Amino acid sequence: MVEADFSVAFDPADRAREADHPHSQVVRFGMDKPLRLDAGIDLAPFQIAYQTYGTLNAERSNAILICHALTGDQHVANVHPVTHKQGWWETMVGPGRPIDTERYFVICPNVVGACMGTTGPASTNPKTGSPWGLDFPVITVRDMVRAQAMLLDHLGIASLFSIAGGSMGGMQVLQWAASYPRRVFSALPIATSTRHSAQNIAFHEVGRQAVMADPEWRHGRYFAEGTNPRRGLAVARMGAHITYLSDAALHRKFGRRFQDRDNPTFSFDADFQVESYLRHQGISFVERFDANSYLYLTRAMDYFDLAADCDGVLANAFKDTPTRFCVISFTSDWLFPTPESRAIVHALNAGGARVSFAEIVTDKGHDAFLLDEPELFAIVRGFLEGAAKARGLVPARS
Amino acid sequence: MLMRVKQDLTMAEAARTPGGARVDLLAVAEMVAPGAKVLDVGCGDGELLRLLAEGRGVDGRGIELSREGVNECVAKGLAVIQGDADTDLADYPDDAFDYVILSQTLQATRQPRVVLEHMLRIGRHGIVSFPNFGHWKIRLQILLGGHMPRTDNLPYAWWDSPNIHFCTIKDFRELCLVVGAKMEKSVALDAWGRALRFNAPWWTWNLLGEQGVFLLSRRS
Repeated sequence: MVEADFSVAFDPADRAREADHPHSQVVRFGMDKPLRLDAGIDLAPFQIAYQTYGTLNAERSNAILICHALTGDQHVANVHPVTHKQGWWETMVGPGRPIDTERYFVICPNVVGACMGTTGPASTNPKTGSPWGLDFPVITVRDMVRAQAMLLDHLGIASLFSIAGGSMGGMQVLQWAASYPRRVFSALPIATSTRHSAQNIAFHEVGRQAVMADPEWRHGRYFAEGTNPRRGLAVARMGAHITYLSDAALHRKFGRRFQDRDNPTFSFDADFQVESYLRHQGISFVERFDANSYLYLTRAMDYFDLAADCDGVLANAFKDTPTRFCVISFTSDWLFPTPESRAIVHALNAGGARVSFAEIVTDKGHDAFLLDEPELFAIVRGFLEGAAKARGLVPARS
Repeated sequence: MLMRVKQDLTMAEAARTPGGARVDLLAVAEMVAPGAKVLDVGCGDGELLRLLAEGRGVDGRGIELSREGVNECVAKGLAVIQGDADTDLADYPDDAFDYVILSQTLQATRQPRVVLEHMLRIGRHGIVSFPNFGHWKIRLQILLGGHMPRTDNLPYAWWDSPNIHFCTIKDFRELCLVVGAKMEKSVALDAWGRALRFNAPWWTWNLLGEQGVFLLSRRS
């Protein structure tokens, strides 16, 4: 078939239900506790969906906040309620893993603007009784972090032992350290940057335009009109997915091999394995993600510029920070290349921070932070071990 | 590269105490006041930083050129970043550390003078250790053998060596004068890692010391 088949095999109502009534713990903030947005709007009421793993100790000193990336969610280390796949960071988080849930209390909230139970464009707008759609206010990474701070207040956690995240999750980690330095004992920003580059904004714009060009998008009112801009969203995902990999990884995985055939068909069918793979990535993404959420979250990343909040001087964002940092990048990540991490390290050094920085050799590109990278695991484990010693956390029972 | 120097130094039967610590590192560590804030430039696998943290309660940071060295250090929980002494010291503010250490690093830098000047700017004190090219064994190898010297501590062929700026203890003292560094303490270690007698004249240090370790400060 010439055009990709993006028809979905699941019941779209499943995902829509997750937006309001997720398979997660939920904390609801009423009209008296609005989320103050950078856009100058108070969002109220709103809710945060989150997962927790492990046990909070009596001193409430062993909490680790995990911040998810653009297309991630709160299901870090459990079976996903919609896709029924393993959690997205099960190799990193769990009993005996580098982020050891037998030792640490792990919290992962769904970010504001997402679609897995924290208020976002797919959630029901209480004023109208139908999904927010484009009436939802534009949010920023700082808004996400502000909401997470409200969640921690609610859970009675004054200070985090650590905070970790890759990509957009890493942006939240940096924003946390800048906004609430006294609440963050240690921080792991991975494969990230203090500002979204022009190239990355450009990639996001292509993705958003793909969504909006889908006639089923209906200016974001697809829920009300009974349509689903799945083609647009799938194409956006296909484009973005290429940026998460690398030339070397694609070549290693697919080369120029044909998909279930020995010769080209002289058509626009998915002759090549890499085409078939990308189409699969597109379709499986549409099953679990909301097109409007994709617009809002990519926008939040585009707006992220930590230095801009500090008169353009990045070092001021971390001046005299008490937080210990471990910055990690990957050699083949061309979305958030190593120089961006180096800029974070320079700013932290200038601010006198205690910082470690490691670049990991891999051909897996930006997505390496989600994959089986033994060196990444050793570094995260060692860094947390050192921080736990400094914080006086007792070692796990061996 | 630096990592290689240090690993080779380790493997080359560098003198060790019964506890297993390298004697040259202990000589450096003894010059650091307890609880100080320290930057170890070219920290290798982090052995000195670990010694300083465990033995002296030091708040240590490290810079290391080799990726393997950095990742090994970070996995040990040390605050180490990947970087180049020749280019990255310029980014550090004045007086950021109590001590900046160049342990077996200076001879592998492209611009030892600039590195030394940055060291004195960033740290209130500097500690430098290096292999003494004026040692009698080295002099003999050139004089009698007629080729570039190789020793247990310097096992490289000239074309394969990361050490590009060798000096003697005498040369180093001259550089200290040039950059305005005051020598507060000096130790020369013989081939077995024993400190030479303190009151021995300089020329004997330059002849018998296989390594020199110096505590420096800015001349006011």
